[in-house]
Amino acid sequence: MKIRAQLTSPRQLRQRIFFGLLILATIIVVVPVIFIILQIVISGSDTISWEFLSQSPSEAGKAGGIFPAIVGTFYLMLGTLLFSLPIGVFAGIYLTEYARDNWLTRLINMAIMNLAGVPSIIYGLFGLGVFVLTFKFGMSLLAASLTLACQALAMTITTSREAILAVPKEHREGSLAIGATKWQTVRHVVLPQARPGIITGSVLAMSRAAGETAPILVVGAAFLLPGLPQSPLDQFMALPYHLYTVAAHVPGIPENTMWGVALVLLMVVLSFNIVATIIRLRARRRRYG
Amino acid sequence: MMNTKYVLSNDKVSQYNKVKVRTEEVSLYYGNFQALRDVTLNIPECAITAIIGPSGCGKSSFLRLLNRMNDLIAGARVEGLVEIDGIPIYKRAIDVVELRKRVGMVFQKPNPFPMSVFDNVAFGPRRHGKISRGELTDIVEQSLRQAALWDEVKDKLNQSALALSGGQQQRLCISRVLAVEPEVILMDEPCSALDPVATLKIEDLMRILAKKYTIVIVTHNMQQAARVSDTAAFLMMEEDRAGVLVEHGPTSQLFTNPKDQRTEDYITGRFG
Repeated sequence: MKIRAQLTSPRQLRQRIFFGLLILATIIVVVPVIFIILQIVISGSDTISWEFLSQSPSEAGKAGGIFPAIVGTFYLMLGTLLFSLPIGVFAGIYLTEYARDNWLTRLINMAIMNLAGVPSIIYGLFGLGVFVLTFKFGMSLLAASLTLACQALAMTITTSREAILAVPKEHREGSLAIGATKWQTVRHVVLPQARPGIITGSVLAMSRAAGETAPILVVGAAFLLPGLPQSPLDQFMALPYHLYTVAAHVPGIPENTMWGVALVLLMVVLSFNIVATIIRLRARRRRYG
Repeated sequence: MMNTKYVLSNDKVSQYNKVKVRTEEVSLYYGNFQALRDVTLNIPECAITAIIGPSGCGKSSFLRLLNRMNDLIAGARVEGLVEIDGIPIYKRAIDVVELRKRVGMVFQKPNPFPMSVFDNVAFGPRRHGKISRGELTDIVEQSLRQAALWDEVKDKLNQSALALSGGQQQRLCISRVLAVEPEVILMDEPCSALDPVATLKIEDLMRILAKKYTIVIVTHNMQQAARVSDTAAFLMMEEDRAGVLVEHGPTSQLFTNPKDQRTEDYITGRFG
């Protein structure tokens, strides 16, 4: 019974080496994230003040605040959600519950997955061609929301499909077997269970849209605007685009101002993710409570 | 307990109970695979009919023929006649939703929805039209009482159904079916996921329900078939794995004096 000796046996050693490797990999993943966040928080927190959050920029962003950019990003996220959520969920329902499993459906599924891999500037050019020029929405909040919605759709449909597929077949059968119609089954059995997954997916898609710079560049984002957009057909400011311009095109801007914009963008995205998490947790608690 | 009111045999049918469900030369295909061949069976009203047979002989497939659950499987095809009260249910003009209201189904694994006990039982009635809260409360109570579950859950109607025990969940699923007032209840190995005590409770319940409902149960457990059913049908598969009906008769006769050698081999444990 030499328990101590076993700790250095080759088998034990190998075990510990691999354990160490796995931990190392995890640390390598986490450390840059922590550094980025720390950097942004430390450098940016001095800039954040009530004035910075509530005033319009002046002197090409060197002074004043970023209020219009914050509001513009919120409008953009809402617009994206408004267009991508219903279409994404309906498409997800159709593809999982109604579409027959044939080559056409498989082709559509493949196309949707590839849609997620299309570079975002391509979406921008698509939006410019279709929404701005053909539909004559002009450079506007509406055109930008629609463009970002197209990009978000790939993710919304994919996550909706996964959430719907995860609902056990037994629940569908239980509902159908007491004479509920297919739609009633989808509406009252499948969707309530898939809802947390769908919400999580669309909020993630939305916060990704909030961070997009390239597509909105060509469909309606403006660097400096005197006020807030008054209608969906107005141009708008947005945080990521603002960050890009002050960093790349405004010489002599205080560095901390850039970090401040980055911090605000991060907080906007993070707050949406927290909301999604809370909704998901509450849904789960209600189910098993 | 054996009910010998009717004498049924496959070739010569003479019974006292009315025939509720009738199949005539029914074959079922999944794509190129034939799952059932020429099954002709008369299922008596207000009695329990057990379908027994070795694994893979098509028992569950046969059960799912009777409420057209096989429709959900891509490539499933039915030939022959299936009648309920003399109405062929595979005719084009049949409303599948109405059919399933009349022919409810209880599954192998208890499958309560992740909602409250009340909402589970109220699920069917709510889907089938406007109904007042008072009526709904009555239906839920009655259905739970019929399923011998009321006393156990009356104080937790608003709690999640997933918090119930396995046996309670299965009885909840039975009350969920009862709430839509079906005429036929199909049970697909309803006790296979339950412990012996819960199993006996379900069997007692089935005997009570059989006074009002036509019950068809698929079971792996021959003791269960012998204990609970009035008539029993033995299915087995032929060389090409298609299920055929070997024998159908009063349970007491099928188990004590089977007419077919293959039935005898099966119930005495010589194969399967």
